[in-house]
Amino acid sequence: MAAGVAAWLPFARAAAIGWMPVANCPMPLAPTEKNKRQDELIILNVSGRRFQTWRTTLERYPDTLLGSTEKEFFFNEDTKEYFFDRDPEVFRCILNFYRTGKLHYPRYECISAYDEELAFYGILPEIIGDCCYEEYKDRKRENAERLMDDNDSENNQEGSMPSLNLRQTMWRAFENPHTSTLALVFYYVTGFFIAVSVITNVVETVPCGTVPGNKELPCGERYAMAFFCLDTACVMIFTVEYLMRLFAAPSRYRFMRSVMSIIDVVAIMPYYIGLVMTNNEDVSGAFVTLRVFRVFRIFKFSRHSQGLRILGYTLKSCASELGFLLFSLTMAIIIFATVMFYAEKGSSASKFTSIPASFWYTIVTMTTLGYGDMVPKTIAGKIFGSICSLSGVLVIALPVPVIVSNFSRIYHQNQRADKRRAQKKARLARIRVAKTGSSSAYLHSKRNGLLNAALELTGSSDDEQHISKSTSLIESQHHHLLHCLEKTTGLSYLVDDPLLSVRTSTIKNHEFIDEQLFEQNCMDNSMQNYPSTRSPSLSSNNGGSTSCCSRRNKKTTHLPNSNVPATRLRSMQELSTIHIQCSEQPSLTTSRSSLNMKSDDGLRPNCKTSHLTTAIISIPTPPALTPEGDSRPPPINPHPTMNISTTCSNVVKVSAL
Amino acid sequence: MERASPHSDSLLYASLIVILLLISYWFTTKCFKIISGIEDSAEDEFELSTVCHRPEGLEQLQEQTKFSRKELQVLYRGFKNECPTGLVNEENFKQIYSQFFPQGDSGTYAAFLFNAFDTDHDGSISFEDFVAGLSVILRGTIDDRLSWAFNLYDLNKDGCITKEEMLDIMKSIYDMMGKYTYPAMREEAPREHVENFFQKMDRNKDGVVTIEEFIESCQKDENIMRSMQLFDNVI
Repeated sequence: MAAGVAAWLPFARAAAIGWMPVANCPMPLAPTEKNKRQDELIILNVSGRRFQTWRTTLERYPDTLLGSTEKEFFFNEDTKEYFFDRDPEVFRCILNFYRTGKLHYPRYECISAYDEELAFYGILPEIIGDCCYEEYKDRKRENAERLMDDNDSENNQEGSMPSLNLRQTMWRAFENPHTSTLALVFYYVTGFFIAVSVITNVVETVPCGTVPGNKELPCGERYAMAFFCLDTACVMIFTVEYLMRLFAAPSRYRFMRSVMSIIDVVAIMPYYIGLVMTNNEDVSGAFVTLRVFRVFRIFKFSRHSQGLRILGYTLKSCASELGFLLFSLTMAIIIFATVMFYAEKGSSASKFTSIPASFWYTIVTMTTLGYGDMVPKTIAGKIFGSICSLSGVLVIALPVPVIVSNFSRIYHQNQRADKRRAQKKARLARIRVAKTGSSSAYLHSKRNGLLNAALELTGSSDDEQHISKSTSLIESQHHHLLHCLEKTTGLSYLVDDPLLSVRTSTIKNHEFIDEQLFEQNCMDNSMQNYPSTRSPSLSSNNGGSTSCCSRRNKKTTHLPNSNVPATRLRSMQELSTIHIQCSEQPSLTTSRSSLNMKSDDGLRPNCKTSHLTTAIISIPTPPALTPEGDSRPPPINPHPTMNISTTCSNVVKVSAL
Repeated sequence: MERASPHSDSLLYASLIVILLLISYWFTTKCFKIISGIEDSAEDEFELSTVCHRPEGLEQLQEQTKFSRKELQVLYRGFKNECPTGLVNEENFKQIYSQFFPQGDSGTYAAFLFNAFDTDHDGSISFEDFVAGLSVILRGTIDDRLSWAFNLYDLNKDGCITKEEMLDIMKSIYDMMGKYTYPAMREEAPREHVENFFQKMDRNKDGVVTIEEFIESCQKDENIMRSMQLFDNVI
């Protein structure tokens, strides 16, 4: 029941008095209002904007937040108002819903923000009024598609992390040629052979000089052997490709039903049928017809061209418009053909011998081709012929804009999807930086905490205060929580952070592995050779921190034998590449600078600890600590090694052994 | 060139006649629309002019009805919310009333109610009519209420209720229940109910119930008396 008419309920109840005299039995008792309060104004303070309404207005919908006692949780005793820390713009729409009974969806509002607000206030989106419901549903669908798209590609990307079996790798290579060079080669080779096959088909029929006997021979018959060899080669490649795709397909049944596989089969079948049937003269005619199907090979190009795929998809999605076009054309053709036939029936030597014969004239006229092989001679025929051509233009012009707009919509959608995919890498990179930032912050604070302990030992108190105020209360509580978890499980957190190039590990049995991985990290970072000197706060402030930067500039390219799985390595590579990207984007300086700030704080005491005898940071250098240190070639640039050795001397590793 | 055959000639003439017919048809409909179009626009203007009706002041209404100031305010707010123009016409009224009885068809009963509320019979209920009716029902004496009910049943307002009128009312009440009831509504249920009613109310058995008979019979019935006061605290 709509809220507006809830105000009329008293009237409806009063009007029930009309039934009383005719009722035969006594009426049930009326419900009494437990605490009949006088209607009062409620103040709703939403982020500072005050809304006021009657209490009964809100109570119209008792199963929402505002209509039930749930709002008491938000009651502010001091100001005697209900305070909600939410968006006041959307609240306007929600309050209007209580007032008028209709929920509207403002077009300027983001759909997910709106949904969240609705969920908070306990209102179902189905209540949205008819005026806004379509828009809401459209936007919601778009958003869902976008999210699904993102999820899919994210899953695809994450799916690459665990090792794939041969079949999945092959399928991925087929579907996306850019994943590996082999796939790319395969892609271009098949493309080349498709082109070759199509060209040979075409050239086969070109007349190619005469043979003694004065007969013009097509090239196909003159160089039959050459063409046969070419054809065989192409068909072999196509067959191999088809079989490989069939093997690699995740669902073979679905693959066999797909359009592309049918095209593949149709493209290669004529050859095999021809092989089987060469000797039989009777069906050679049919065999020649089969060769026509070889032209389907050109459709195989659609795997190579996105535009073709879009066109095909457009035609598929405009099937109804095309069907309508066909239907109306057929109707018009039949009508005009009949009329023309009867109009031209009398004139002698008329080409309009029957109605089906007139179909040809009608089609040619309606599409404004006008070959002129059939022309009306009578006046009536000419009049109707002109009407026919005029109407033809109209009938054909009508559904075409629909098809065009469909194509444009799908094309733009594809473009948007491509753009999103291109931006996705950068976006995910940023997200990952933020994530690593938070976990590295934890490690920082742990270090700070340990440093605090160390400093207490040495008795320097002013540093203590300086360190402790770098984290907020929430952060410190969060870090404490993570620390507790570490203590519970006996493990410790690990983070890939080439920016800091430090790692803490407090458990002895994991130390070794950590350092090894850390080395790999260092190696990778040095391989990347990115301009880390751009990070201003690191390089400019502390002389002691140049060790990190300089190590990054090391040009060693040797990647030692690693028992790190390839995926891990790849992720580290990606992360390093991301850092390159990050450093080039000014908009990210905030997150980076915060990292830098923390690292500042982290590193400043680091450098200060050079004066302390107890240090907890271990910066192992590659030659010293790797188990395969012997096999490692010396660094190319000797200069940084000096720095490393100097920092080495500053920092003493505290081992729990 | 040889002369065109009789086929093509007759075809030509036939098509010309068809085209002429079409043109004449279109022309006449256009004229018709022009003639009747003036009336249409007049009607629209008539609708437009009766848009906003404001009730008399609060004090006057307080005098006329037995509602307090606050009650009148609450009533008016609800009224204005649903009918921003200030007037309820029959369609609107039926629509509002039908929202309370989703299962059945309350249109007929709503029409009767509308007539009962629309005391000046101008085709629309203003806030004064509305509040006047409610005042009688909710704050009036038992006799007032009974006479209001009588007024509701007396469809042609001639001072007496005939069996046909009562049958109409009864049918409309049963219609509000809808088809899905338990036990299923029988065809002759309204008629029986009317017979029952007349047996109770019609003292002199003359086939009609006058207002005195009605009030007298009702006052004798305990149930009716009690149920009349059922909705006292609705507002």
